[in-house]
Amino acid sequence: MTTPAVPAVRLAGVGHRYGRTIGLEDVSLTLPAAETVAVIGPDGVGKSTLFGLIAGAKIVQSGTVSVLGADMADARQRTAVQTRIAYMPQGLGRNLYADLSVEENLVFFARLFGLNAAQRRARIDTLLEATGLAPFPDRPAGKLSGGMKQKLGLCCALLHDPDLLILDEPTTGVDPLSRRQFWDLIDRIRASRPGMTVLVATSYMDEAARFGRVLMMHGGRLLADDTPAAVLARTGCADLEAAFVALLPEEARKGHTTLTVPPRSPDGDGEAAIEARGLTRRFGAFTAVDDVSFRIGRGEIFGFLGSNGCGKTTTMKMLTGLLPATAGEVRLFGGTVDAGDMATRRRVGYMAQAFSLYGELTVRQNLVLHARLFDLPSTGGRIDALSRRFGLVPYLDSVADGLPLGVRQRLSLAVAVLHEPEMLILDEPTSGVDPVARDLFWADLVALSRQQNVTIFVSTHFMNEAARCDRVAFMHAGRVIAVGPPDALRRQQGADSLDDAFIGFMSRAAADEEGEGAPPPESAPLAVEHAEAPRRRFSLRRLLAYAGRESLELRRDPVRLAVALIGTVLLMLVFGYGITMDVQDLRFAVLDRDRSPESRAYIEQFDGSTYFLRRPDIADGAEMLRRFQANDVALAIEVPNGFGRDLRQGRSPEVAVTIDGAMPFRAETIQGYVAGIHERFITDMATSHGITLPAAAATVEARYRYNQAFRSLDAMVPSVVALLLVFIPSILAALGVVREKELGSITNLYVTPVTRLEFLLGKQLPYIGLATVNLLLMVLMAVTLFGVPVKGSLAGLLLGGLVYVTATTALGLLMSAFTSTQTAAVFGTAIATMMPATQFSGLLQPVSTLEGPAWAIGTLFPTTYFLKISVGAFTKGLGFWDLLGFIAATAAFVPVLLALCLILLPKQEK
Amino acid sequence: MGRFLRCTAVLVGKEWISLFRDVFMLGFVVYSFTFAVYSQATGITHDVRNAALAIVDEDDSPLSRRLAEVFRRPEFQPPVPIATHAIDRAMDTARFTFVIDIPPDFQADVLAGRSPVVQLLIDATAIMQAGIGAGHITGLLDDEIARFAGREAASTATPVGIQVRIVFNESLNSTWFTGVMALLNNITMLAVLLAGAALIREREHGTLEHLLVMPVRPVEIMTAKVVANGSVILLLTGLSLYGVLRTLLGVPLSGPVWLFLVGTALYLFFATALGIFLGTVARSMPQLGLLFILIVLPMNMLSGTNTPLESEPQWLQTVMQAVPSTHYVALAQAVLFRHAGLGVVWPQLAATAAGGALFFAWSLARVRRQLAAER
Repeated sequence: MTTPAVPAVRLAGVGHRYGRTIGLEDVSLTLPAAETVAVIGPDGVGKSTLFGLIAGAKIVQSGTVSVLGADMADARQRTAVQTRIAYMPQGLGRNLYADLSVEENLVFFARLFGLNAAQRRARIDTLLEATGLAPFPDRPAGKLSGGMKQKLGLCCALLHDPDLLILDEPTTGVDPLSRRQFWDLIDRIRASRPGMTVLVATSYMDEAARFGRVLMMHGGRLLADDTPAAVLARTGCADLEAAFVALLPEEARKGHTTLTVPPRSPDGDGEAAIEARGLTRRFGAFTAVDDVSFRIGRGEIFGFLGSNGCGKTTTMKMLTGLLPATAGEVRLFGGTVDAGDMATRRRVGYMAQAFSLYGELTVRQNLVLHARLFDLPSTGGRIDALSRRFGLVPYLDSVADGLPLGVRQRLSLAVAVLHEPEMLILDEPTSGVDPVARDLFWADLVALSRQQNVTIFVSTHFMNEAARCDRVAFMHAGRVIAVGPPDALRRQQGADSLDDAFIGFMSRAAADEEGEGAPPPESAPLAVEHAEAPRRRFSLRRLLAYAGRESLELRRDPVRLAVALIGTVLLMLVFGYGITMDVQDLRFAVLDRDRSPESRAYIEQFDGSTYFLRRPDIADGAEMLRRFQANDVALAIEVPNGFGRDLRQGRSPEVAVTIDGAMPFRAETIQGYVAGIHERFITDMATSHGITLPAAAATVEARYRYNQAFRSLDAMVPSVVALLLVFIPSILAALGVVREKELGSITNLYVTPVTRLEFLLGKQLPYIGLATVNLLLMVLMAVTLFGVPVKGSLAGLLLGGLVYVTATTALGLLMSAFTSTQTAAVFGTAIATMMPATQFSGLLQPVSTLEGPAWAIGTLFPTTYFLKISVGAFTKGLGFWDLLGFIAATAAFVPVLLALCLILLPKQEK
Repeated sequence: MGRFLRCTAVLVGKEWISLFRDVFMLGFVVYSFTFAVYSQATGITHDVRNAALAIVDEDDSPLSRRLAEVFRRPEFQPPVPIATHAIDRAMDTARFTFVIDIPPDFQADVLAGRSPVVQLLIDATAIMQAGIGAGHITGLLDDEIARFAGREAASTATPVGIQVRIVFNESLNSTWFTGVMALLNNITMLAVLLAGAALIREREHGTLEHLLVMPVRPVEIMTAKVVANGSVILLLTGLSLYGVLRTLLGVPLSGPVWLFLVGTALYLFFATALGIFLGTVARSMPQLGLLFILIVLPMNMLSGTNTPLESEPQWLQTVMQAVPSTHYVALAQAVLFRHAGLGVVWPQLAATAAGGALFFAWSLARVRRQLAAER
């Protein structure tokens, strides 16, 4: 429990940079304990950086950050205090696991914080009950609505009763009713645990009014730090958004004027721009849009409001013809919408949610591309005029990805109006854009509507934007629950604000059907004081929590599971049959110029061989060349005129053999076969004539050890086992870690008590298990399918295999430390394992024949040693004790690789 | 038609810009056509090189010492003398691939005409070296013993002579083969990856649906991807052929190279269409990578670039006939190694083209269906 004397958070001179970009600049502040604080500002002003530093997810670069009395730059103090902090990062359910159910997510977090089974059950039940999630314990987190995801995130954060609760934009993209429920929930938590400090970021500035303190941020600096009332009083503004704009430095406010929307001239000619009748869209059993109808006149600005996932985007896609409707119809300008209709497309401009232009193209290239696709001149007037009008001139030759969000949105709008459409469909064009840029954007929309009579259909989250529309539609759970001019809707509900009106309509709609959760009982004790759990440096429980979670996720991902299970089996078949060094069924043809019994006897030798297949005879040299070129034959035997006669007369005739050298390996093998057959012909002939050939001075007797038949399968199969057990397990293990980096759940490593070793071993364990299954499968295939028996110690092979996959999965973990995207993890690991495994580990060439760097890589790669175990156990017939040395060598890689992983895997973000 | 060409041309330009801005992918492409080809060509050798050899000399005579001296670099490492009892351990640990065992009284027996036996123990698990190395060592030993015994003339007395002529690659330089085959494998790999990635990138960034609200048809989008990525790969193939294979590795390009490039262009239709197909199956780049391992890697391995097609079981050969890369590999080998002209390889050329056209049509149908069904 925090003593009141210690402030919850104290920052002094804190700065943070991302390369050259400034995240935070010289921020100092003190937040007392038991306070509620809201941080407001648009995207990219430093809110998330600030929270990451306070939660201990980011490394303190400069200045001091002290949280609950602990210095966050000190690893020991940080680890100790992190059990008292809860952090919910930005993004709907970003630190949750989408494939896991509500219950499974909660159990995972409870284990991370060391709760035992009884505590866990009690806490989870209480929290589920209180948040209204109790009816859906088995629903996957990814299938929850935005509001429910955030409630689940909150449950996960509250499991361990933190003293400091940090919520980064918990209500962005959540419908107004869920938003209100969420804040009520926070109030109740505070009521049951008054000592808890709550720190919240939001881009809905008006939400901040219910907090004790408000911090306003801009460009990495603090604009204001005061009570909401004091901020309003100081600026003389009516609401916090206006106050924020008023507090902005002069240059950031440039061009900002209070936007007024001139009334629409009622010259409607009766023909509707858009008309939807009974529009419905289903995805499987899920109805995304349910019987939606509306009619929009020309030049009207029509607003569309609702939470994420309520069907706004689906409706808009149906309006543009991107998505066919399941039922109902859409009429644009009086005609039906047909997905293939090019003429309609020229009359409509569409701006998809998020930035969906080519980020890798420059602003000018984007404009030119679209101009050309619409058959407009790509130079001159139109593009120049548009870039001037939307303030894009300074950015024309910059790559779009690097531009500020507001500029990219203006570019999107410029592209959408490039071909002068009569109607614009804009899907959340202002999400995340700062208030000044938003007002500028709206000024453009108003001008388009009022001056050029362009019909505008726009969806938004912001109520003050909705208020500017001629009419708005409230959408919830796939249905339009109210349509009308904003003022009329507000009056209809007798509400003070449009927000309240929306909630009023939602409650009425919810009364007709089952709500998203019954109103929570007031008595539930949401937060309790409990004795601190003993801290352990290494906890098997946390390790197993990660291992269990990883296996669950793997089981639910069909592509990864397929690769993990059938990948090795399939590749083993391919390699087993594909890389064979046995050269057989060689096609040959004969040019027999002699046609004597002797020549036929000579050819007979080849005919009878199992290595060769005889093709039709060759007539002349030209045909021979052509047959070689077409790869019809690999070998031609030319018996000269007078062969039989010369042979009978002992004049040593000479046979000419031509071999196709295009494939050198095949040619060398053919050479060997030909020499053998020729030799046999001579001995056979000698014995049949009773001649003794002169004995050689000495003979060399070649003995093929381990594999008398010299069958390439016997040598290949054990090698393939070694190769596949490094390739696939390492890629999957690398993906396992990098996936968390990319999806954001790696934050849980940064801010929970789990240590890096627990994290790594926990992630590794399922892949060791899978790889062991693969090992068993491959050994089984080798014995039954390929007929390669284990001549030596099976126990040694299996033990060696287990040790080997532990090393190869550790190698995958090591690769994940170097890569930050899943794509890089797959390709990087594939290249990094394939080359040493195939070329330097003794698969094709013995390591003893390598030199220099190749030898060094071969010696320092685990496959080299397992290859000896595998070949030794399968083919060489080595016993357990013979294999033990190699097993020990393989095992030595495990601690080294894991130690490297520990060094390279950071416990904090940069 | 004019509209189709204009639209496709605009989109091709866009694809090129996108590709050139993707530094990671571009680096990978350049690596694959230069360093990867070179290292594969020089790395895996089918020749005997640097073989590890031990000699158990139980005779210790001038002859047995002479025998140890015939093994020289670069084919052989200097032979290591070991004791009889050390043979098993040395071979079990793969320290040596070959062990020569010279029996006691060997020189005396040779001189007395008793035709003694030298044992050559071969580690048959060292698949690449064992067979060829054994023949090589036997020959060297035979020659040296014959020279010692003063019987060089012995071999001329055979009743039938044989004259072996190797055509197309007289010195059996394995670099030529592995180098060209590495290039072929990388053509397939890059074509699939680039085209697949181009589709997935657009879907991940939402630009695909943006294109679809404009007057652009799926066939134009797909053709643009095939042409843009295919042309980059065709250009790099030419550069790699002359820059890496001919200049650095000394592969003689005496066949009609234009025919090979025409075949490659037709094949790229198939390979890029396959990439786009996989791009519609995979939801993300990592999934594309995993599918690549399951589908393209086996296709590459089995199409004849590693081992001759006729070494595969008959059923597999039949199956592989349905895969255009098999025909393309056959075409490339015939043209580049055996100097075959159009008159010889037209069946392969036709099969490659037909496979490409079929697969393009199929992928297009799938892209269309998916775009229609996507939310």
